[in-house]
Amino acid sequence: MDRQITYSQAINEGLMQCMESDPRVCLFGLGVPDPKGIFGTTLGLQEKFGERRVMDIPCSENALTGVAIGFALTGMRPVMTHQRVDFSLLALEQIVNQAANWHYMFGGKMNVPIVIRMLVGRGWGQGPQHSQNLHSWFAHIPGLKVVMPATPYDAKGLLISSIRDDNPVIFIEHRWLHGISGQVPENTFTVPIGSCRIAKQGNDITIVCTSYMLLESLRAANILAELGISAEVVDVRSVHPLDIQTILNSVAKTGRLLVADTAWITGGFGGEVVAQVAEKAIQNLKCAPRRIGLPDCPTPTSPALARHYYPLAVDICHVVCNVMKRAYSPVIIDDRNSHLDIPDSEFKGPF
Amino acid sequence: MNPDKLLELYLSMWRIRLVEEHIAELYPEKEIRCPVHLCIGQEAIAAGVCAVLRKDDCVMSGHRSHGHYLAKGGDLKRLLAEIYGKVTGCSRGKGGSMHLIDSEVGFMGSAPIVGSTIPIAVGVALGMSMQGHNGVGVSFFGEAATEEGVFAESLNFAALKSLPVIFVCENNLYSVYSPLKVRQPSARSICDIARAHGMEALKGDGNDFEFVMASAEEAVSRARRGMGPTLLEFSTYRWREHCGPNFDNQLGYRTEAEFLEWKDRCPIKRAENTLKALGIWTEQTVTAAQSAIRDELNAAVCFAKDSPFPEQDELMKHVFAKGT
Repeated sequence: MDRQITYSQAINEGLMQCMESDPRVCLFGLGVPDPKGIFGTTLGLQEKFGERRVMDIPCSENALTGVAIGFALTGMRPVMTHQRVDFSLLALEQIVNQAANWHYMFGGKMNVPIVIRMLVGRGWGQGPQHSQNLHSWFAHIPGLKVVMPATPYDAKGLLISSIRDDNPVIFIEHRWLHGISGQVPENTFTVPIGSCRIAKQGNDITIVCTSYMLLESLRAANILAELGISAEVVDVRSVHPLDIQTILNSVAKTGRLLVADTAWITGGFGGEVVAQVAEKAIQNLKCAPRRIGLPDCPTPTSPALARHYYPLAVDICHVVCNVMKRAYSPVIIDDRNSHLDIPDSEFKGPF
Repeated sequence: MNPDKLLELYLSMWRIRLVEEHIAELYPEKEIRCPVHLCIGQEAIAAGVCAVLRKDDCVMSGHRSHGHYLAKGGDLKRLLAEIYGKVTGCSRGKGGSMHLIDSEVGFMGSAPIVGSTIPIAVGVALGMSMQGHNGVGVSFFGEAATEEGVFAESLNFAALKSLPVIFVCENNLYSVYSPLKVRQPSARSICDIARAHGMEALKGDGNDFEFVMASAEEAVSRARRGMGPTLLEFSTYRWREHCGPNFDNQLGYRTEAEFLEWKDRCPIKRAENTLKALGIWTEQTVTAAQSAIRDELNAAVCFAKDSPFPEQDELMKHVFAKGT
């Protein structure tokens, strides 16, 4: 039970177990069976399940999404992979017009059980078209489910739930999570889509976070603890449907809300959480809610600019101190130079 | 060709024409409250292709899909109820004329985004083929869809995997009001695009029901034998306006002379002449069959008009499929 594996290995194991137990599950994606296996997540699958079930595809994102939809209509369960979210934009027509609407517009006659994995790049000069966080776009569309697991456990459990789900699911993986390790059971298990997780209990402020921002939020919570501030960290996991009740319960306890999202602030997911909390329980808020996210500019490539682009634990701490009317403290070290564009100090690039 | 089959095909075209003309007559009542793209003038393609398909072969189409739905065996009552927005419609009133489905007879869905169902039909063919079912997928689309990138992407993949799919291009010369000459270079051959992907392609008169059926039969036979996809391009002409029940030649985007020339080439009139020349036409049989179709249509219109609208609670149903 205390076995530790990486996020990538957890995805790989989830895919492996789903393919073993369900012959309808097939993988489509450019480079899925290539020697690097989508950052290790698909390694060994073609060897085990063959070229028909683990299919490398032409560079035709839109048509192949349509193919996956048609394939699903015959009862199959395709898992598409885009090595970057940005590449999937070529397939928006099929995802939004067709996959999302299909069940509704045909009166529930058919459904489209497809999982579309999208990877978010970050750092090492990924730049404007390899690192966009667009989950709020997808969450805006009725008929799409959107999940963003942040731990190896949730990566496996949510992947299995997504594959078993009868709807199109956008499954977003952050590149800086693939290498992290955590406890993951060997057996097949599920994490329900549409449930938040309390990643750390606290009483003073609720930090609602998405994907990689869980790591920064937990770092921030540890620093804040040294200052005597008890932050509760809520890992959203599922952007749509959103488990707003867990967030409301937390805010009822803490009275303060900060949303730390991996995306741009304007028109983003943080605004949705703030709006829902304000609409449903403004009386529980002791002060104005806050949002942390990316500044409203495209992702710059140069590390000199990227260091000012991505919010870190230190930024979360500063906002929390501000909200709590606490002075900044020397325990809040600005680590902006330590891991500003690489996931860890061992990283040698390129992605 | 088998005389019974020819007569059946003729009646299939005639039935589509009757339904479409009746929709045009009913439209001014304002009870049909959704766009309708009528296929009057183009019936031979729908009827001719579907005549050689099995019930379990799968068809997908675009915005002008009533003919394809009916020719594949789609339920007439549910079609009319759908365009009347009734809960008894094939899509429970949520799709309308542009989102028809009858999966029981292999009509897997229509959608009006140009070219969008082409890859979905390819995916259906892939699914059938992987499951060892020797069914064929058919994608109906207009010539404007061949201007979409997804068309080329779909041909590429279908040819790459040698999938059992037939691409049926109905070339009616106009995309809404935009003629071919503003959209495609004159030397561009749609068939050559298909051939460049290594697949068989054939172009011909889409108002000639015998040609349509014969070429579709060959394409289907190749697909069933594992010999891969085929593209068929059929010339034809839409008589009525792009969307709606009227004629629109007065707008000036096409000439009355061109329209009359195509009207002379009416696929149904030509089929009638062929049947008469072959001695298949017997007044008594045809009249009886037509009368039965009229009765069926009248009953279907009554069904549509008498059916209930969806209740308010239907609004939020079917956003997500239940079940894991």
